[in-house]
Amino acid sequence: MSQLSEYAVELRNVVKTFKTPEGTMLNAVDHVDMNIKNGEFFSMLGSSGCGKTTSLRMIAGFEWPSEGEVFIEGKAQGHTPPFQRPVNTVFQSYALFQHMTVYQNIAFGLEMEKAPAEEIKTRVGRVLDMVQLNGMERRSPRQLSGGQQQRVALARALVKLPNVLLLDEPLGALDLKLRKEMQLELKAIQQKVGITFVYVTHDQEEALTMSDRIAVMSKGKVMQMGTPVEIYERPSSRFVADFIGESNFLEGTVQAINGDQASVLVPILMSEVTGLNLGNLKLGEKAVVCIRPEKIRISEQPAFKTNSFKGAVKTTTYIGSDTHVYVDVSGLTIKVWEQNKISSLDPKAYYSTAQNVYINLFPENTLILADR
Amino acid sequence: MNPHRRHPFIRVATFLVYFFLYAPIIILVLYSFNASRTNVLFEGFIPSFGPLQTDGSLVTQSPCGPFHWFCELSRNQEVGLAARNTLTIAFVSTLISTVIGTMAALAIQRYNFRLKSFSQLSLYIPIVIPEIVMGIGILTLFSQLFGIINGALGLAGDARLSLGLGTVIVSHIAFSVPFVTLVVQARLAGFDKSFEEAAMDLGANELVTFWRVTLPMILPGVLSGGLLAFTLSLDDFVITFFTTGPGATTLPIYVYGLLRRIITPQVNALSTVWILIVLSVVILLQRLQSREAK
Amino acid sequence: MLKRLRENKSAQGTLLVTPTLIWMIGLLIIPLILTAVISFGTRNADGGVIYGFSLHNYARLIGFTNDCPDGQASCFDSLYANILWRSLTLAFNTTILVILLAYPLAYYVARAQPKRRNTLLMLVLVPLWTNFVIRVYAWMMLLREQGVINSVLGWIASRFGIPFSPLQMLYTPGAVLVGMVYEFLPFMILPIFTSLEKIENALYEAAADLGANPFRTFLRVTLPLSMPGVVAGTILVFIPVMGTFIVSDILGGRQVILVGNLIQRQFLDARDPTFGSAASLILMIMTLIVTYFYTRKFGFGEEIIAV
Repeated sequence: MSQLSEYAVELRNVVKTFKTPEGTMLNAVDHVDMNIKNGEFFSMLGSSGCGKTTSLRMIAGFEWPSEGEVFIEGKAQGHTPPFQRPVNTVFQSYALFQHMTVYQNIAFGLEMEKAPAEEIKTRVGRVLDMVQLNGMERRSPRQLSGGQQQRVALARALVKLPNVLLLDEPLGALDLKLRKEMQLELKAIQQKVGITFVYVTHDQEEALTMSDRIAVMSKGKVMQMGTPVEIYERPSSRFVADFIGESNFLEGTVQAINGDQASVLVPILMSEVTGLNLGNLKLGEKAVVCIRPEKIRISEQPAFKTNSFKGAVKTTTYIGSDTHVYVDVSGLTIKVWEQNKISSLDPKAYYSTAQNVYINLFPENTLILADR
Repeated sequence: MNPHRRHPFIRVATFLVYFFLYAPIIILVLYSFNASRTNVLFEGFIPSFGPLQTDGSLVTQSPCGPFHWFCELSRNQEVGLAARNTLTIAFVSTLISTVIGTMAALAIQRYNFRLKSFSQLSLYIPIVIPEIVMGIGILTLFSQLFGIINGALGLAGDARLSLGLGTVIVSHIAFSVPFVTLVVQARLAGFDKSFEEAAMDLGANELVTFWRVTLPMILPGVLSGGLLAFTLSLDDFVITFFTTGPGATTLPIYVYGLLRRIITPQVNALSTVWILIVLSVVILLQRLQSREAK
Repeated sequence: MLKRLRENKSAQGTLLVTPTLIWMIGLLIIPLILTAVISFGTRNADGGVIYGFSLHNYARLIGFTNDCPDGQASCFDSLYANILWRSLTLAFNTTILVILLAYPLAYYVARAQPKRRNTLLMLVLVPLWTNFVIRVYAWMMLLREQGVINSVLGWIASRFGIPFSPLQMLYTPGAVLVGMVYEFLPFMILPIFTSLEKIENALYEAAADLGANPFRTFLRVTLPLSMPGVVAGTILVFIPVMGTFIVSDILGGRQVILVGNLIQRQFLDARDPTFGSAASLILMIMTLIVTYFYTRKFGFGEEIIAV
C-alpha cells in the first residue's frame, strides 16, 4: 500500500446538503473533519440520520460533497466516479449479483481490472479461504444463509486489495451470536491484511470492540473522535457520555476550581461533588456531573467526607456476573454496577430492597462536563 | 451521481419511442373532426353550426359543428348494439371466469390431486398458442356440434343452434380463465397461512375462514385477475371473429367491418371516444393508486 | 358426507378445479383434437368435412400439390411453404425491433423517480388499452398514398422545389412490419420494465464500486438481470404475431399473406376447413417448438404477470 500521505482518508470541512420531502434544505453532513490513518480500524458511530452513512458514501464516490473535499491517499477526489477510486464497499444489503455464482461475484472486480484468469483463480481461492467459504464457489447467493452472504460480500470487496475498505453496517441483519462471531472475524482479518477499514455502525458495543478509533456523530456533526478508551473514559460532552455506555448524570453549577478538578453544587443532593474538570468549565458555569455505574462503590458507611451520599436500594437486577443496583439518592435513581466477586447462595450477600447504603464517588472517576 | 441513468441516448430514445406510440393516435383523433367525408386528406374543421350542408365531399355546415361525426356516431344504431354486446359479453365472461379461475387457483396452489398436472398444462396452453388456433378450433367444434344437434333434433329456422352471443361468451371465458388463474395463483403464493390457522383456532370452520379471512386478503389479486379478464374480453378480436354470429357483433368486429367498407371520419370519432374512455380510466386508476399509497 | 369431504384433501382440490377443467377440456382440448382430426379429412362439396385419414393437406402445405400446371399429377409449389416462412421471419423481425425500441424506454421509466414513474407507465398503458383494430387503422391513415406521411413529405418537397411523387407505403411488407411493431411494443415495454425495476439500486453501486464503468455495468449486471422480462415480452409478442391476420389484412392487403390470413381464408372464403385446420395445426406446432427452445435457453419469464 502506497503511503503518499500520512492519512488513508481525509475529510476536510465536508458538507452534504439534501432537499427534504417537505422542500427544505438539510445538512446531512455538517462541516465534518475526519482523518483516518493507514492500517487502522476506524468506526463512525451514531444513530440513524447522524450522517455516518452519507459520509461513507462520499468516500466511496456514490455522493459528492456539496462543500469541502474528500481525500484518499492524499489525493483530492472531486467528482471521481466510484469505479476509479481505490476503495471498495461492503453494502448493508450485501448487493450480491443474484445471477452470478459465488465465484463469479467475487471474481467480478478482478475481471474489471482485466486480471489474467490464472491470477483471478488464485486470488479468489485465497480470499474464500480467508472468509472460510471454501467449496461454495458454485453456489448461487440465493442458496446461502445470511451469514454466508455477508462473507461473500466481504470477500468480493477484499479480493481487490483496496487501500481502504468501507463497510456500511454489514452485520445489521445477523442474529446476535453470529454478529459477535463476525465482529471478531472482521477484526482478525483487518489485522491480518493490514487494510484500512472504515466501519459504519449504530451499535456502540460493536464500535468499542472492534475499532482503533471512533468518530461519534450526531445530526451531521462529529461529536468526538478518539480511541475507544478515550471516548469511554473521557467523553467530551454529555451527548457522548450518554450515547456510549451507561452514565449517571447530576446537574449543577461550578462552585470551585482546583487545578484539573472542579466542584459542582448539585441542588438535588444539596451538596457539592468533586470531579475532573473535563469540560474546562469556569466558575458559575452550568455543568453536568457524569459517573459511570461501574465506578461507584456502595458501602454501609460513607467512605469519604465528600462525594459520599446516603441512599436506599430501590431494586436490584441480577445479571450473573454483575448485579445492577438502583439506589434512590434524594429522589434521584443512581445506577451502580457491581461485580459479583463472591460466589454465594446466601441472600444476605446480596442487596435487599430499602436497604440503607452509601454511594461513594471517587473524584478521579467522576467527570465534570459541559451541559451540552 | 449516477451519470448513466440520465445518459442522453436513453432520454432521446425514450422520447422518440413515446412519440412513435402517440403520434398515430393523435392524428387519429384530429381526423375525427375532418370536414372531408372521404377522410383521405384533412380538409380542416367544419366551420359553422347550422343545418347540414355539403359541398362535394366536404361537409361545410352541420348542426353539431366540428363535432359532426360524433353526432353521426351517436345516431348509429349498429354502434350502439355493438357497444352493448361488447359490454354484456365482457361482464358475463369476466364474472364467470373470475369465479372459476379463483377456484382453480386455490386448487392448484394448495392441493394435490390426480388431475393437477393436466389442469396446469391445459391452463398453460392458451397462453402459448396463437389465438387463431384456438379460434378456429372452437369454431370447428361449434359448427360440427350444432350440425349434429340440429340434424338430430330436426331444428330449423330460428330454433337452430347457431353462433351468437352465447358462443362468444363461452369462448371468452375459455381464454380468460388461464390468466385469472395465473394472477390469483401469484397472489396465493405469497399468502401466509398463519392467518387462516388463527381464524380456525378461534373457532371458524373452513368455509367461514375462507369467506372472512382468505378471500378478503386475496381480493386484490382476484380483482386484478378480473380486471385482466375484462380487458381481454373488451379488446378481443380474433376469437370473437370466429365465434360470433349475426346480431352479436362487438365493437372491434364492427370497426373492422367499417374499415373494409367506406371509411368516414365516423370511424375516427368512434376511436376518439374509445381513447377518451381509456384515458379517463387510466387517470382514475392513477388517482386511486396515489391515494392508496398515502 | 361433508365429513368425508373435509378429510379428503385431494377431493377438495378436484372439486374446486372441476368447473375450470370442464371449460378447458370442452373449449380447448376437444377443439384442438377436433382440429387435428379434421386436418386429416377432405373437403366435401358444401365446404363440410369428410372424415378420413389423408395427409394431402399437409403435403400441400409443404409444397406438394395436385393443382399442377401442365396437367402433371403432382408437382412442387412452394406457395404455402413461403407463407409459413414469411410469417416466421416477420415474427422474428418484429420481436427484434420491438426489443430494441422497448428497452431504452423501459430502462428510463424503471430508473425514474417513483412519482414520475407511475405517470410514465400510465402513458404506456393508454395505447395498450386502445383497441387493436383502432391502432391498425391509425397506421392506415398515416401510410396511405394521400395519407398523413405523404402529405407532410409532399409539403416539405414543395417548399424546397423538389419534385415528389407519393411513396407507396401501404400494402407493402414494410407496412405490415411497422404495424406489428406498433401493436406489440407496449407488450414488451411492461415485462422489461418489471424486471428492470426489481434490480435494487445497490447493485449498480456495487458494480461501479468494483470497477465497472456504466457500459460494463449494463452488459454484466443490468442486461442479464432483465432477461426474464425480455423472455416474457418475447412470448407475448412472438406468438400473437405468428398468428395475426388483421394487420396483414388491413395494412398489407392482397400483397402480404401470412399464415393467419391463409387460415382465415380457408374457413371463410375458400371454405376448406380441412386445409385450414392443417395449417392451424402446423402453426401451433411451429409456435410451440420455437417457444420451447427459447424458454429452454433463456428461462421462462415470470414477468408474464406484468399487469
